Amino acid sequence: MADKYILELDSNKHEIAMETKNVQVFYGEKEALEKTSMQFERYKITSLIGSSGSGKSTFLRSLNRMNDNVPGASVKGEIIYRGLDINKNDIDIYETRKHIGMVFQRPNPFSKSIYENITFALKRHGMKDKNELDEIVETTLKQASLWEQVKDDLNKSALALSGGQQQRLCIARAIAMKPDVLLMDEPASALDPISTANIEETMLNLKDNYTIIIVTHNMQQASRVSDYTAFFNMGKAVEFDETRKIFTRPKIQLTEDYVSGHFG
Amino acid sequence: MFNAKVKDKIATGIIYTLSGIIVIILASLLLYILGSGLRYVNWDFLTSTSSDFSKGSGVGVQLFNSFYLLVISMLISIPISVSSGIYLSEYAGKSKIVNVIRISIEVLSSLPSIVVGLFGFLVFVIYFHMGFSILSGALTLTVFNLPILTRSVEDSLKAVPGSQREAGLSLGLSKWETVIHVIIPSALPGIITGMVLGAGRIFGEAAALIYTAGQSAPPLEFSNFNIFSPTNPLNLMRPAETLAVHIWKVNSEGLVANADQVSAGSSAILIIAVLIFNLLARYIGNKVYKKITGGE
Repeated sequence: MADKYILELDSNKHEIAMETKNVQVFYGEKEALEKTSMQFERYKITSLIGSSGSGKSTFLRSLNRMNDNVPGASVKGEIIYRGLDINKNDIDIYETRKHIGMVFQRPNPFSKSIYENITFALKRHGMKDKNELDEIVETTLKQASLWEQVKDDLNKSALALSGGQQQRLCIARAIAMKPDVLLMDEPASALDPISTANIEETMLNLKDNYTIIIVTHNMQQASRVSDYTAFFNMGKAVEFDETRKIFTRPKIQLTEDYVSGHFG
Repeated sequence: MFNAKVKDKIATGIIYTLSGIIVIILASLLLYILGSGLRYVNWDFLTSTSSDFSKGSGVGVQLFNSFYLLVISMLISIPISVSSGIYLSEYAGKSKIVNVIRISIEVLSSLPSIVVGLFGFLVFVIYFHMGFSILSGALTLTVFNLPILTRSVEDSLKAVPGSQREAGLSLGLSKWETVIHVIIPSALPGIITGMVLGAGRIFGEAAALIYTAGQSAPPLEFSNFNIFSPTNPLNLMRPAETLAVHIWKVNSEGLVANADQVSAGSSAILIIAVLIFNLLARYIGNKVYKKITGGE
């Protein structure tokens, strides 16, 4: 039984990168997210909006099984990726996370050089060729609009970069894995407006090759960059539709109040 | 009555005075020990063997013993403390058993060293028939040092932000890979500092060694390659009086005429060694941090 306010995509017309079926998250006994079924179209940006504690980050973090590391958290339901339910116990979560990358709220570069930040995980996964690694560093930094600023300082510590640069480095690091899906958990919330604009530009660049799901508190950001928007409230996905519909004529009053700034 | 500014001035004044007192105590101690001891320290004193009876003896063997014992006990305690530190910080989580482990470590770290020494005497020297030996001493020092090293490893690892762990996992690294290649390198400066400080602490330890490594220092022959000979420096089963034990012994039951000089000189050497350890800890810690993070 589909919720009538949650848009269902026609899989003949839209390529689905990922979808959830009745995903439900508990922290201990407490239900943090009610059953949520949602589809994410390939090469599109989907925004998850809603006030703090609405369950949007919880939902995002369950998509690449990052909630596995939260003590007491349990995720029920199905998360379908390439026809496979990746929420099953026998799934290799480390392999899964190579396909579904993540960028976090606060920039978290490793305390290594800029070059190492990008190549380190690749090397761990068995990539040895120096030329190939160099090339990946260059292309990913270009995609993240950081190359021009750091190309002469690749061996310097990533920690010496500004917050916005660090976040773009984290994006470069995530896309160096060549994931299908990129999850972004409020990637610009700790940044100034210029850095935010840079990140948004980066996201629009990435859209050609990646499916992006982003949690954001910033309404303008959601309306500017995303194709689809899901509104979460009190641990429930209330409404999911094309972004322009959510922002111009939402079906639910609550959504309207939220996107127009009357609450939250 | 007092406004905030005056209160602030008074509080700052008290803090400065108290810190000043600590610095003065430390400085005068150092100056006194070095001042009264350094004049007896020369190459001969550092290298010649000691004597219980005659004048003009040195502390060469004791100095070697102190370093050798230190190396052996660190060889034993570093792997154990690093593994248990990793376990406690990254894998243990919260449970009753882990609490019991933590409490045990705390109790162990507050045991007086003479008690640890007696424990070592009963268990290693007597029960396991190791006798007064480097091995008994090193194992006892391990018992003495382990809780503090484990604690310092655990604290250094915990100080690495959780977002670093998430970063590693989100790139498809396993938890173990993340710990080894992300968390430990970040924590390494802290871990090394803890290790070197621990080394300084056991270098100066006497009470735990009196009944375990023994109070005699048989002369060593550095040309002796028979590992089972008591004069082979590397023989683990030979008794080995360390510098700190030597100071205690010379002062309490020494029959040498120049006992004062020997103990003053030894104290100076000991203090210098411990100072070097402390400075080294800072230096290496910073150096490693810079190397790992890639420059400034």
